[in-house]
Amino acid sequence: MNSFTYTRTEDVDTAVLERSSEQTSKFIAGGTNLIDLMKENVERPTRLIDITHLPLTSITDTVNGGLRLGALVTNADTAYNEQVIQRYPLLSQTILAGASPQLRNMATDGGNLLQRTRCYYFYDTATPCNKREPGSGCSAINGFNRIHAILGTAPDNSGLGQPQCIATHPSDMCVALAALEAEVRVTGINGERTIPFADFHRLPGNTPNIDNTLEPGELITSIDLPAKGFPKYYAYLKLRDRASYAFALVSVAVALEMDGDTITTARIALGGVAHKPWRKPEAEAKLIGKPATKENFQAAAELLLAGAQGFGHNTFKIELAKRAIVRALGQAAKLEPTA
Amino acid sequence: MSTPQKINKSVGKPISRVDGVEKVTGKAKYAAEFNVPDLAYGVVVSSAIAKGKIKSLDTSDALALDGVLQVFTHENRPKIAWFDISYNDQDAPPGSPFRPLYDATIKYSGQPIALVVAETFEVARYAATLIRADYEEATHETDLEANLHKARKPKSGIASLLKPPPPKPRGDFDKVYEEDPNKITGRYVHAAEHHNPMELFATTVVFEKGGKDGKGKLTIYDKTQGVTNSSMYVSQVFNIPSDDIRVLSPYMGGGFGSGLRPQYQLFLSVLAARELKRSVRVSLTRQQMFTFGHRPATVQNVALGALEDGTLNALCHDATGETSQFEDYTEIVVSWGGMLYPPKNVTMEYKVVPLDVYSPLDMRAPGGVTGMHALEVAMDELAYNLGMDPLQLRLKNYTDIDHNEDRPFSSKELRECFRQGAERFGWSSRNPEPRSMKKDHNLIGWGMATGIWDANQMPSRAEAVLMVNGKLRVSCATADIGTGTYTIMTQIAADTLGMPMEDVLFKLGDTDLPFSLISGGSWTAASVGSAVQEACQAVGKSLLKLAKKMPASPFKGVKWEDIEFADSHLRLKSDQSVAVSLQTLVDQNGGKAVRESVTSLPNAFKQKDYTRSAHSAVFAEVMVDEDLGTVKVTRVVSAIAAGRILNPKTSRSQILGGMVWGISKALEEESAMDHNFGRFMNHSLAEYHVAVNADIHDLDVIFVEEHDDIVNPLGVKGLGEIGIVGMPAAIANAVFHATGRRVRDLPITLDKLL
Amino acid sequence: MMPAVESGTLEKRPPSLPSVQTVTLTVNGKETKLQIAPWTTLLDALREYMDLTGTKKGCDHGQCGACTVLVNDKRINSCLSLAIMQEGAKITTIEGIAGTYTDAPAGLHPLQKSFIERDAFQCGYCTPGQICSAVGLMNEGNAKTTADIRELMSGNICRCGAYTNIVDAIEDVLNEKAA
Repeated sequence: MNSFTYTRTEDVDTAVLERSSEQTSKFIAGGTNLIDLMKENVERPTRLIDITHLPLTSITDTVNGGLRLGALVTNADTAYNEQVIQRYPLLSQTILAGASPQLRNMATDGGNLLQRTRCYYFYDTATPCNKREPGSGCSAINGFNRIHAILGTAPDNSGLGQPQCIATHPSDMCVALAALEAEVRVTGINGERTIPFADFHRLPGNTPNIDNTLEPGELITSIDLPAKGFPKYYAYLKLRDRASYAFALVSVAVALEMDGDTITTARIALGGVAHKPWRKPEAEAKLIGKPATKENFQAAAELLLAGAQGFGHNTFKIELAKRAIVRALGQAAKLEPTA
Repeated sequence: MSTPQKINKSVGKPISRVDGVEKVTGKAKYAAEFNVPDLAYGVVVSSAIAKGKIKSLDTSDALALDGVLQVFTHENRPKIAWFDISYNDQDAPPGSPFRPLYDATIKYSGQPIALVVAETFEVARYAATLIRADYEEATHETDLEANLHKARKPKSGIASLLKPPPPKPRGDFDKVYEEDPNKITGRYVHAAEHHNPMELFATTVVFEKGGKDGKGKLTIYDKTQGVTNSSMYVSQVFNIPSDDIRVLSPYMGGGFGSGLRPQYQLFLSVLAARELKRSVRVSLTRQQMFTFGHRPATVQNVALGALEDGTLNALCHDATGETSQFEDYTEIVVSWGGMLYPPKNVTMEYKVVPLDVYSPLDMRAPGGVTGMHALEVAMDELAYNLGMDPLQLRLKNYTDIDHNEDRPFSSKELRECFRQGAERFGWSSRNPEPRSMKKDHNLIGWGMATGIWDANQMPSRAEAVLMVNGKLRVSCATADIGTGTYTIMTQIAADTLGMPMEDVLFKLGDTDLPFSLISGGSWTAASVGSAVQEACQAVGKSLLKLAKKMPASPFKGVKWEDIEFADSHLRLKSDQSVAVSLQTLVDQNGGKAVRESVTSLPNAFKQKDYTRSAHSAVFAEVMVDEDLGTVKVTRVVSAIAAGRILNPKTSRSQILGGMVWGISKALEEESAMDHNFGRFMNHSLAEYHVAVNADIHDLDVIFVEEHDDIVNPLGVKGLGEIGIVGMPAAIANAVFHATGRRVRDLPITLDKLL
Repeated sequence: MMPAVESGTLEKRPPSLPSVQTVTLTVNGKETKLQIAPWTTLLDALREYMDLTGTKKGCDHGQCGACTVLVNDKRINSCLSLAIMQEGAKITTIEGIAGTYTDAPAGLHPLQKSFIERDAFQCGYCTPGQICSAVGLMNEGNAKTTADIRELMSGNICRCGAYTNIVDAIEDVLNEKAA
């Protein structure tokens, strides 16, 4: 861990100002990933701006009937919040599928969005990694890539050539937020703006060192959930190498609205398969107006995985993801038990 | 004489750990927790490449930092021992042990190349990131499967005494196998695994001025399974008089074999302390826990042939394991079938392939859990091939003779394990048809397997002192790595002299105490237990002498055989009212404690005609998601025959631990090597998966009664290993029964079942 | 929380040390002033600067749970928290667990007692973290079933494999409380 200075801030404007005055500074809240990466010498901020004292710690109703999660609400407080459990059970369940109770007590909702990949090579400074050191190469493509991406890995320049990075985004929570179509409110030196969740994380392209569309120095202030919470038909299915305390190989968040056994709204988001939570509107559209049947689910799964590419160790994820989608849709439509 | 208070015997009772309070209050101190004034901190810098040379090491930025005391590298290290033999330890395989900071040569990825020592841990950690190494890389080989053509017989050495090569072929396997009406063959591939005890490897060296050679006295708190092993290593490598070294390890945060050899942080911390004339602590990171010994990757082939009635008459088991380029690590992988079953036509072969990795290291049931997985999966396949119940096949081929050595077992209650285990599990209601049990998406399967492990006894010393206050202090330089040594030794000592456990203090993990070897191989209870019992008996004999000397002693002319110790008294067996308290006796000793030391040796004469083993029968139930491939071990019954059970509570825990390890090994554990870098990449507890609480469901342990007075005076067989041995095969067989798919490689991850 | 990702783009900087400052921590009801730099984690502050070695370092990356302590009665991984960020917080470690229980028999918290009784540990290294985690679990009140306990204790790895005994020990205390 390198040397850094530490500043505690009490209000958002000061925090943003402090942050913008030192390009190599970082905000710190829960610290669960940042401290981890600093110990690996992967993150080397010159200054940490402690934002845990900012007034962003509450869960409140929004004017348009949704729910606002303050960026500093912990993952645990979110998952166990009565409003979240009642109105957005998918989110609650998804958060509880991630990490451990200790980590969920520390990690904040804003921070969860900013988790970095768990790619072995990103974590190990002895190996080349385009995300850590742009231009050094991707060790995973021809290396041990069991946990890596199968979708959205193409480089820029119209997708030709070798991928630059096959890392995945490790969050569970974000998979639910993608399905729920949350919005991310941010504040920067140039003021506030709102980023639709689908636009928050990005694909690696030729700049895998950039995880998301935040401008330098911008601070997440809240995550806004829209009114529609899918409290009745939902499922989160997480597949991993042990029963708990492990990142997803593949995960699926499903949110449906049904009229009888006809699907009227469908959201399907995948985790563990790409650089961001993966959605495909065509696949979802294909289910609208259709009965909830295994055949229809399979068709959607095929569409979602269209163009998927394996790299050897992770090729199994393509088939696994399809099966997981079918199962999760079945669970959400209450055709299948969730256990 | 007053009526003595009744004291119940403790051996055989479920006694709670005597070190329990220390452990649950955080008072138990481990190697990195001895804080002394003026302590300096060392952080290790690890090699980024697997093979080659260090062209240059730039330490200037690190040295320029305030608070950095020194950076030790191969370029500035002091003179250390030259001959290989100085680096040998009690568990060293044949070869040339790894020497940290010896020269510019890189032998494996993660090799320590520098030690940064600073005033604080944080400064040392930062400075370590500032060291720049320039390498000249050479082509490395780390892929066992790609290098199987290089397999050769391992060299033999002292280690071969405990790990003999497989016996010579007997009968005519090729011919009989060819003619057998029923036969199966299979190839089994196991990934490397790392022990990953919870405690990070660490050493705290407390430096004091003086010493015989004037170069200082060292008190070393080391994470080790044998303080004597660490002490001898340090003494030889640094040429320090042994009187100037004291190694302590009162608590060890998990060993599983990882502490059987001195690890490099011991060397580095001693080097730094001697050079800086300061106390130094070196603690490895979790990542660095993947840079020394590991369970080797292996490839095995098993072929079995049987007659129509299930008589096993042909067995071929060969295995190839990885080793390093500098030592020939071996383990017993292939010999078990010849011990457990009676086929007359047998061939067994074990080879190694040297690769650019650190030497493998014994890891819980080394070889045994590897070989028995293959053998017992093969037995299951054969049972299906024969259309026979897998348990019936084992019973059909049951033997009380170890055919490798052509001698009987000292005891073998395996048949009773099968009976009791099957009954508890409900095995008789099993439908043998694969995929015959289903609940929702889950296929349910039942599988079983046998386990076997050696019951060894090693020489050990122990001292017993009945102190003037009437309390007993017993000691031995052995270890308690979580196995319960403190507790069972206290029980043995207390019972031997008829005292309450509260009046007995057992000390271990200190080279000032009587000598003991490393604690491993499931031999500690037998070896140290025998020594403790004998030392206490020696005190007893001295007490009888004192009793005889008492004025008007009722013990005049009484023989050792005529007395017993009970209720803190020495008394006549024939007349319990003729008794004298131990306090009274020690009071007769002229104000001195009664002190006796013994060396307990295995009774080779008695043991040589017998094979001594613990056995187990394991019955497992799994649920496999038909579509998604996830496996859940819902229920396991392990029936264990391991001689006398000294403490059912701690014994049960040891077996439960072995069972958890078995689940973890069968389904999760794999050190993933990237052969491009020759480096284990999942070097963290997030990505090297060991079982967590949610993985573990219903585990049931049965101890089958087994009497054995050949194995050692206590009749115990040790429990560290037997709990894991049968587990992976039982689980793999249950997965087959559930799914109809025979997965022979470990771990059985979900992708293998898609 | 972290800002936009820029690692790798950081230019080389001359090595320097952070300045040491006074950090006041309230641990087990006692205030202690430490002279430490911001880069000292809560775990290292406890172990190396306060000699409270009951809290264990098993991975230093939030991947094992051995370092679990209670901060404002909630369980956290002390290895991933900077000491300086815990000023003003109420920190409870294994050394202070019994003290949170006024009628602790024989000076032990009921969980400490049940861990001994159920033999819920072997080497003992993960034990303080397990116990602190179990106290946190009880404070949270979300464990209704055995399966819940298993899941909500999965942030604490026990390599000795004492899991079933750990669950039994926790259930004993939960049942006693409910009775």
